[in-house]
Amino acid sequence: MTQPSDVTDQTIRDRLVPFPKPHFLAASDLDPFVTPQLLDLGDAFVDFNRQSSKALDLLHGRTVVNLFFENSTRTSSSFEIAAKRLGADVVTMPVGSSSVKKGETLIDTAVTLNAMKPDILVIRHSASGAAELLSQKVGCAVVNAGDGRHEHPTQALLDLLSMRRAFGDVTSLTVAICGDITHSRVARSNVALLQMMGARVRLIGPPTLVPGDADRWGCEVFHDMREGLQGCDVVMMLRLQLERMAGALVPSTREYFRFWGLDREKLAWAKPGAKVMHPGPMNRGVEIDSDVADDLDVSLIQDQVEMGVAARMAVLASLSARWGGYAR
Amino acid sequence: MTTVAIINARLLDPATDYDGPGGLLIEDGRIVRVVHGASHIDADQIINADGLCLAPGLIDIRVKTGEPGAEPKETLKSASLAAAAGGVTTIVVQPDTDPAVDDPAMIDFIQRRGAALNLVNVRAAGAATKALEGQRMAEIGLMDEAGALYFTDGDKVIVNSRTLQRVMSYAAAFNALIACRPADPWLTEGAVAASGELATRLGLSGSPAIAERIGLERDLALVEQTGARFLVDQISTEGALETLARARAKGLEVAVSVSINHLCFNEVDIGDYRTFYRLDPPLRSEADRQALIEAVREGLIDVITSAHAPAPAEDKRRPFAEAAPGAIGLETLLPAALTLHHEAGLDLLDVLRPLTQGPAALLGLDAGVLAEGAPADLVLFDPGAPIIVDADALHSKSKNSPFDGRRLQGKVIGTWVGGRKVH
Repeated sequence: MTQPSDVTDQTIRDRLVPFPKPHFLAASDLDPFVTPQLLDLGDAFVDFNRQSSKALDLLHGRTVVNLFFENSTRTSSSFEIAAKRLGADVVTMPVGSSSVKKGETLIDTAVTLNAMKPDILVIRHSASGAAELLSQKVGCAVVNAGDGRHEHPTQALLDLLSMRRAFGDVTSLTVAICGDITHSRVARSNVALLQMMGARVRLIGPPTLVPGDADRWGCEVFHDMREGLQGCDVVMMLRLQLERMAGALVPSTREYFRFWGLDREKLAWAKPGAKVMHPGPMNRGVEIDSDVADDLDVSLIQDQVEMGVAARMAVLASLSARWGGYAR
Repeated sequence: MTTVAIINARLLDPATDYDGPGGLLIEDGRIVRVVHGASHIDADQIINADGLCLAPGLIDIRVKTGEPGAEPKETLKSASLAAAAGGVTTIVVQPDTDPAVDDPAMIDFIQRRGAALNLVNVRAAGAATKALEGQRMAEIGLMDEAGALYFTDGDKVIVNSRTLQRVMSYAAAFNALIACRPADPWLTEGAVAASGELATRLGLSGSPAIAERIGLERDLALVEQTGARFLVDQISTEGALETLARARAKGLEVAVSVSINHLCFNEVDIGDYRTFYRLDPPLRSEADRQALIEAVREGLIDVITSAHAPAPAEDKRRPFAEAAPGAIGLETLLPAALTLHHEAGLDLLDVLRPLTQGPAALLGLDAGVLAEGAPADLVLFDPGAPIIVDADALHSKSKNSPFDGRRLQGKVIGTWVGGRKVH
């Protein structure tokens, strides 16, 4: 790994790899060959981001539009910062509060934006498949920042980067993804990417929050944390949306925490030295105890946020590398 | 430690299929020796049973009290006294109190109150949904930890199939038992009697037998999909028995209970609007009753309950359709069940099995058996002694017994709970 002081424009350009697909819609757009290269690039960006001067011009003159139909602070800022550090012009549109209310359809919005000639569209939408649909209607690259309960591929990439930096190698890891699997796009993307890279994935949660056919994803399914966490290197907790209570999926937050919330006692069931992850934002005392979440010896949660910017820079830079204009 | 021996008894143990002479040695609340055949047992205290029947104490899994919320109707104490007098050593109280038992603290409350009475074992069933409203799931995991034996919305049907599906699916993670009344909510809406010629003549709105079958078909389909442990609560019709048999033939493991009332009475008993026979589910035809008795004979019924449901006079002395449904039955459970032996010719062990070993196995209790190490929860009874039921003499605070004035055979002579004589 390079030292922070070593990271120059050229270091980055040397590691630049063209993204394998025109869009990044799902974890399956990656492959086992390019993924480690993207992680190498991500590593370089991590070091670069730790320098005091963080301006590059890889995306100079390019326009990145953040199109967030769902409210999100952390993901939209992460993309915005990533694009700005690469030198792009960034427009973040919280569409949730504008055109949708005027009745404009997703495609209308897309066509309108397309006419403004952006280079990359980052989209988050509450409907599964929205990013895919958008990608068919626009002439620029589309990055899926979360579509319904389908995929959130940059999250999986940043999680993988966090894991590789913590463990060195991800191919031999056993990762437990815990909580509301059914409604989680983070889980779907992580399952796909981790399995692609050779890691073993377990899914743990109440039967009402783990899809009945999840075992056919090639994961082991557990409803009991003690059984499921046995021998795990990574415990990835998912956010429990509080509206799940009204839908009779789980009875109460206190019961959820008692059986599926990660605390010190449950963490002890995992492999010694196991790391804790969470895509955020956390419900403290519901799916995770602060005692564990804030313990920097076991928690990668802060790292994940840092890796988020680096991984997204890697994605944006490699997408632009397909266009060829950057090379010097 | 003092030891007590009960000798010269006719031991009746459905769990081991033993019906013959013998005796027991009790120490420290548990059975420490079971002796088959007539032989003397040395002990500090010896009770001579004189050939009377000694069986595991009855386990009644469907008991309503009014505690908390309606104590004038029945308290845990009055119900426990009635149970002890009836040879019932374990009662499982229903969650439909006020407030409902839908919280681990309520389970704890009932168990503590019950234990403080020092009479019979008082256990609780938890609500399946919050406030029995059929909307939000109750805290099944926490109540399970607190000691709830099973989960049910009692007389209420969980109308929303998706909610029931989620309850079943969730409960499976704890291997918790879910019990549901099989009934289609729309076909049974407003019904106060079984559909049929009698109800029509009396001008009472009836619940058709198919309502039970339709409800059961739905519940069983959900059990099949979710893999939940399931109890069909209070089956009452021949058609539903057939549905159940089909599901079991396909390999579905479900338990079923029947109330003592549906084994003893039929729709004709409501006669001229006798509200003590207004039950829920309503009393059915004689063909249904006979089919239920045959099912008990064939061992297809896991549990017989008293369906103990106290209702004070002011709730019963009303026009039939406005009267509260339900009947008390704890104290009369054993003699009423013995009518299956005396009148229908069932073997005594087959009558006792769904009252002892059946519920114990279903709920994972170590009681319900005459075996070394088992708790000394026992009933000593004279199976042939004639009695005339006098509702006013029963221990329940409410006197709504449909057996009032009936001549039955079978008298409880003594009841022991944990080796302690409570009656």
